[in-house]
Amino acid sequence: MECEGVVSGVRMGESSEEVHVLAVDDSLVDRKVIERLLKILACKVTAVDSGVRALEYLGLDQSDAFVEGLKVDLIITDYCMPGMTGYDLLKKIKESSTFREIPVVIMSSENILPRIDRCLEEGAEDFIVKPVKLSDVKRLKDYGVGGRINKRKLPDTTELDLSSSPPSDSSSSPSISPSSPPVIDSPIQRLKMTTTALD
Amino acid sequence: MERSQPRRQVAAMKQSLFDQGLLDEQFIQLEELSDDANPNFVEEIVTLYYRDSSRLISSIEQALKERHPLDFNKLDTLMHQFKGSSSSIGAKKVKAECTLFREYCRTGNAEGCMKTFQQLKKEYASLRKKLEAYFQLARQTGPMETACRPK
Repeated sequence: MECEGVVSGVRMGESSEEVHVLAVDDSLVDRKVIERLLKILACKVTAVDSGVRALEYLGLDQSDAFVEGLKVDLIITDYCMPGMTGYDLLKKIKESSTFREIPVVIMSSENILPRIDRCLEEGAEDFIVKPVKLSDVKRLKDYGVGGRINKRKLPDTTELDLSSSPPSDSSSSPSISPSSPPVIDSPIQRLKMTTTALD
Repeated sequence: MERSQPRRQVAAMKQSLFDQGLLDEQFIQLEELSDDANPNFVEEIVTLYYRDSSRLISSIEQALKERHPLDFNKLDTLMHQFKGSSSSIGAKKVKAECTLFREYCRTGNAEGCMKTFQQLKKEYASLRKKLEAYFQLARQTGPMETACRPK
């Protein structure tokens, strides 16, 4: 089926519906896993192996080229990467007038509160402790959808793991239902509950 | 029933891997990502892991030979990467050896690093064989209805 205006592999007809996630991780295994997780949630995924490549993809490298038709709804990046860390990448994205609105999620194998704090302060939307599970990614999907589209609920998950809490709307108060995911899996939830003054 | 026997074997084999402490919950998480279009996802990831991590193993091996003194920072960085991948596939025991190794790096214990690395390589190789056997049997048996959680 031939589509007019095919840009960056995103078909125009579908681009308003499909969430496009840019995944950044230097580990090949982790890239494959995150790719699979996101595809299961019907996201389009572009996976790159470094912060530098991510910037290239976004057109934020030296060339500063505007990439025609590029639509990225969410960026998910590993923290510890050689060269440019996920934190460095986060900063660059938040400095960019074009991309600062895109939610950035950090992944790390280490659950270090000061690190999480730093990332949040720099504008990260959320922080996932590795290894990444489907429930972690499900929670994120709503950032990508945002307010652009009438908020699509997550697919029916009754047959899957139900540890994910209901999606949290950035404009509403933090989710405090007792059936929230275990605090250890969601340091962001815990921090948002205790540091609302910082918002 | 004849037909359920292989399925029970696969389940038993998996149970055994968990009982031995070789795998953790993450392995199950990966199994649940398989579907009709991607029936062998876990096997693919595990294969990728062994292929990809072999170069890390070599690098660590090389770094351990470059004594006078050992570059603990470099070793720790390499092991951090290796631990990450191992964690992503649910390789519980291998991951534990990685943690121990990194502790020895932190305390600058060369002997500890070397001993732990030998143990790690054993666990790594042993897990590979066991998973190969498991996947082979699983493939022969055909796709299971759902990933079954061991007790």
